Amino acid sequence: MTDESTDFTTASPAGRHRQDTEPLPSPVVATLTDGDWHRMHPASPLLKGGIALIAILGVVIANLRERLIDIFLAGEANHNGDPVDYIFSHGYIGYVLGGLALFLIILILGFYISWRMHSFRITEEVVEVRSGILFRTNRKARLDRIQGINIVRPFFARLFGAAKLEVNQAGQDANVQLSYLASSAADELRREILRLASGTRTAAQPRSVDLEQGLIDRRVRELLAPELDPDAASPQSVVKIHLGRLVGSIVLSGSTIFLLLAIAASLVGIVGFQEWSVLFGAVPAILGFASYYLNRLTRSLRYSIAGTPDGVRVGFGLLSTSNETLPPGRIHSIQITQPLLWRAADWWEIKVNRASHSSTQGAAGAANTTILPVGDLDDVMRVLALLLPQMSAAEELTGLREALVAKGGDEFTNSPRRAFWLRWFSWRRNGFLTTTQAIVIRKGAIFRELVIVPAPRVQSVSLSQGPLYRACRLASVHVHTVAGPITARIGALDADAAMSFFRTVADVTVQSSISDTSHRWRSSEAQA
Amino acid sequence: MTNRLEVPDATWRRVSSQFIVAELITGLGFWLIVALATIVLHVIGFAWAWWVTALAVTIVLVEAIIIPRQVRSYGYQLRADDLLFRRGIMFLRVVAVPYGRMQLVDINRGPLSRALGLSELKFVTAAASTGVVIPGLNAPDAEQLRDHLVALAESRRAGL
Repeated sequence: MTDESTDFTTASPAGRHRQDTEPLPSPVVATLTDGDWHRMHPASPLLKGGIALIAILGVVIANLRERLIDIFLAGEANHNGDPVDYIFSHGYIGYVLGGLALFLIILILGFYISWRMHSFRITEEVVEVRSGILFRTNRKARLDRIQGINIVRPFFARLFGAAKLEVNQAGQDANVQLSYLASSAADELRREILRLASGTRTAAQPRSVDLEQGLIDRRVRELLAPELDPDAASPQSVVKIHLGRLVGSIVLSGSTIFLLLAIAASLVGIVGFQEWSVLFGAVPAILGFASYYLNRLTRSLRYSIAGTPDGVRVGFGLLSTSNETLPPGRIHSIQITQPLLWRAADWWEIKVNRASHSSTQGAAGAANTTILPVGDLDDVMRVLALLLPQMSAAEELTGLREALVAKGGDEFTNSPRRAFWLRWFSWRRNGFLTTTQAIVIRKGAIFRELVIVPAPRVQSVSLSQGPLYRACRLASVHVHTVAGPITARIGALDADAAMSFFRTVADVTVQSSISDTSHRWRSSEAQA
Repeated sequence: MTNRLEVPDATWRRVSSQFIVAELITGLGFWLIVALATIVLHVIGFAWAWWVTALAVTIVLVEAIIIPRQVRSYGYQLRADDLLFRRGIMFLRVVAVPYGRMQLVDINRGPLSRALGLSELKFVTAAASTGVVIPGLNAPDAEQLRDHLVALAESRRAGL
């Protein structure tokens, strides 16, 4: 965040641009993208400061707990030294009420001013937000550099019918937050921003928001509505995660092994050494694990993924929901893994590397790099078809499907036999494949893993060889992408194969980045 | 060794031989001081100091052999569409970076390299692991190379 108090030579103070005298929600989103300054949802400061207010209320209630109980139970009790007694007995009630009133007035005034000062605009080129009362912030983001648009609806905000729109840019927390907007407008506004960013010139048909029903009806409908908005091209999620599978995937995770080991250790402690004090440590640990599991579960509930003309849309969450659109060409690498315990059920997980590192959490409580928390092979293929539209040629994808489970001896260039003692179980499988669109790396026989790097997203490639590898005529290749959970590195390759792989990747990268137009992904449509 | 990896048809441009001097000073300086100090210690009566002296002298000799070879192993080549960079003898590393992927170019000069008229050029992409650092370039060469790389990157501008 940059604190800029003087950079307002070009922009007039927030109050002067009163384009819409009505606060949001405005039924027509077209006005929001007209390039003028607009305000947030009027409840925004309350929603942002809401947690603090609830905490203050909690403290007050906790302090007055006994008095409240007395009021309701009409008990006789003596509260010496109680602040409330003190106020009553000394006749300070006027001061207290006055102070309270002043506090409330300042609070409301502050909320109002911060709402007045917080405005945003969307033009053909940029999204811009300015906010703050004393420390002003002005953040501007280029539309063709958008890495994703996330709509987050925390539970409180959903009750107010508000949503937070995050425009993610490349970089650490380089996102422009429009918090909060009217929930009904947020989906459409995202579509509109993506349309502006895509480089297409076809005007969107404005969809009028149904205002016929009463307020309560609308809220209830929004709460219960499916996560995908109806005007998307294919509103059906291509993957449905059943509750049983979700619970199973969480139970069969690595942390469960840790939990079982911990339980075994404490049992040994109790039975073997009569060390009952172990229990004191075990109880909070069990509570911690339970809340961890529950947290992961509620975050991954109602998961959905669907393709839209402007990229892949991933949504999840039961009470607080999140729904993100990743435009084409914003996925820097894809990793499909299978934890050991998932093998029997044939479940897989898909993660991606992205250029934006948002602090918002994604499915399963993980960083928002997990695209598919759990799914079988069919689900994996459907998600891959969305993530890699350029590879959607059926035979390439079926090739990948076989590659995931293959034991080796296929079109991949695998490690030579002499690499056996470096890759005991996986040397047959450990290999790579280059197509014109992507680089595919396959590793691991026990922890199966497949990494796909779209060729236009490769930043650079390196080839390395240490003394051990040199003695065996082996080498390793590392395809560099933006930082993330995935590292596309493969070792124990035949030296000559690695050299030709290195040269092919260097070549393919140059060729594909010349023809890549994904920063304005629909610009070719506009010319056609 | 015969097993060494070599990129076919690569003509490497090497770094300045002045850089060997810089590397020798930074690499050997500490151990030379240790050797001298332990000799002094021995003279004033600490018999065990000989062992440390022997160790320091061995390290100095080994490094004096390795460092020039290491410096000569640095190489770079400006190909049509990408920059090729290599370094290391024991641990060989070759990197290819397309010009369009360049985010910025750094030129760093420490006090020692400034005295020797050297610069270090760092090529930064969006991937942290790219790690292309060409040390020991003559200062005018480095600046010329930087301007050339920026111009090339500009003509091949691509997104992330």
